[in-house]
Amino acid sequence: MGSEDVYITGIDMIKFGKFLDRSIASLGAEAALGAMDDAGVTINDIQALYSGNLMAAAGMVGQQIQEEIGQTGIPAINVSNACATGATALREGYIAIRAGIYDTVLAVGVEKLAGAGMLGGGGGAPKGLHPEGLLGSGSMPCVFAEAGMAHAKEYGTTFEQFAMVSVKNHHHSTMNPKARYQIETPLEEVMNAEMISYPNTKLMCSANVDGSAAAVLMSEKEMKRRGLQGQAVKIRASVLTTDPWTDRDEVMPDVNTCTRNAASQAYEMAGVGPEDLDLVELHDCFATAEVLHYENLQLCGDGEAGKLIDEKQTWIGGRIPVNLSGGLLSKGHPIGATGIANQYEIAMHLRGQAGKRQVEGAKIGLAHVIGLGTCCGIHILEGPSA
Amino acid sequence: MSEETLTIKPYLKAPAGGDPYLEGQKCSACGAISLKKRMACASCGARDTVAPVKLANTGKLHSFSIIHRAFPGIEVPFVSAIADLDGGGTIKTNLVGIEPDPDKITLGMDVTVDFQTAPRKDAEGNEYLTFVLKPAA
Ligand SMILES: [Zn+2]
Repeated sequence: MGSEDVYITGIDMIKFGKFLDRSIASLGAEAALGAMDDAGVTINDIQALYSGNLMAAAGMVGQQIQEEIGQTGIPAINVSNACATGATALREGYIAIRAGIYDTVLAVGVEKLAGAGMLGGGGGAPKGLHPEGLLGSGSMPCVFAEAGMAHAKEYGTTFEQFAMVSVKNHHHSTMNPKARYQIETPLEEVMNAEMISYPNTKLMCSANVDGSAAAVLMSEKEMKRRGLQGQAVKIRASVLTTDPWTDRDEVMPDVNTCTRNAASQAYEMAGVGPEDLDLVELHDCFATAEVLHYENLQLCGDGEAGKLIDEKQTWIGGRIPVNLSGGLLSKGHPIGATGIANQYEIAMHLRGQAGKRQVEGAKIGLAHVIGLGTCCGIHILEGPSA
Repeated sequence: MSEETLTIKPYLKAPAGGDPYLEGQKCSACGAISLKKRMACASCGARDTVAPVKLANTGKLHSFSIIHRAFPGIEVPFVSAIADLDGGGTIKTNLVGIEPDPDKITLGMDVTVDFQTAPRKDAEGNEYLTFVLKPAA
């Protein structure tokens, strides 16, 4: 008992979009049913439900989903962890299987975010004078712009290089029918779009959308008993970190250190290095962020991220394709779903089912999310053919 | 009636009859400086090692963003800036006295902290003292 390897045997996501007339539970349920169908199980096989949602976290979303997919009396664990919510929910299921408590669990991530507008910085101050616009800006576009400009200070990264990330991810999304948008955005269009928070223009900010994703996790024994070796994706690493104290923490959320720590832990746990990865889905909440994470995830050396962009190494067909799904910039970012949807993308490639954007012969992929507050989740997945 | 000056953040001090200043919390065990008072040092976890320290009014620009879209009621564009203060401590506030143009703002440039009355009042009509960054003369 315990320490058995854990596999994703079924996984699904809905096409991200705007679903004004649908409930959070119905969106979550659709992905959950899809994942169970993919694994060939029913709700009667599921021993625990891990439900990730951020904006309606007080509403017992897991139980609402159970009302849609079957109330079998199993434990439901409601998880909220900023933009790492989905990854954290899945990881809790992973831990329970590793602990030997369950053989088959379901993880769901869901969010209704369409029309939410700009996040962060606008919340009501408990008392006194609200500092937004007086002590700089706490809006998300600004926070990640400032993170990017610190990279520019160190390495001379340019507006054009940041913008090129968005060109790439929008290009990738044209090959992903489940992405919110499928439109090419040439460099001039990205750079000339409405400036939100320099250097992030509107096309360099993630798309607020509704969406859901879900995964069925099984112990190795259960996966083999059901004969699912042909589609089972092994979780070789599952890591969660928070940010250790750094000198600028209070005024400049540190998205780098927690990602660096998570990456080194994940590579050690998986017994692989960044050179072994066939593809990466990383947290491009803003175009500036993707550049930082190339280095944080060791896809290149420190100071080489700009070169990686210039040489198109992270484009489809490049040395290490990043965000083939379209990323948060174009696939969309339904917060609670994001950390499972990125694993869906990796799993599709590892199973050879990614259609036009398929990385041929992909064996190992990495999925990364970061939530301000701050936390980082990384999963390294291995395909059935590896 | 108290005529005590209200400040935008607890770490902005406005002593009666003296000059305003920014106050950090410095840990004698590890040297970390934070702006917020905590139960234990956020850097090393030590207790009873943290004491207030007056922060410098000079430093260097670490990063910035130029805000063109903000929440209703907030005037744009403005420059949101982060500065490392000489002797330790990092602050974030508006950078003024310079055009909100990326070509005019130099990362790493010398900046000074300036204290002024906030251009807005709170819901009850109270005035607040705030602080800004300016390019060093
Ligand atoms: Zn300390």
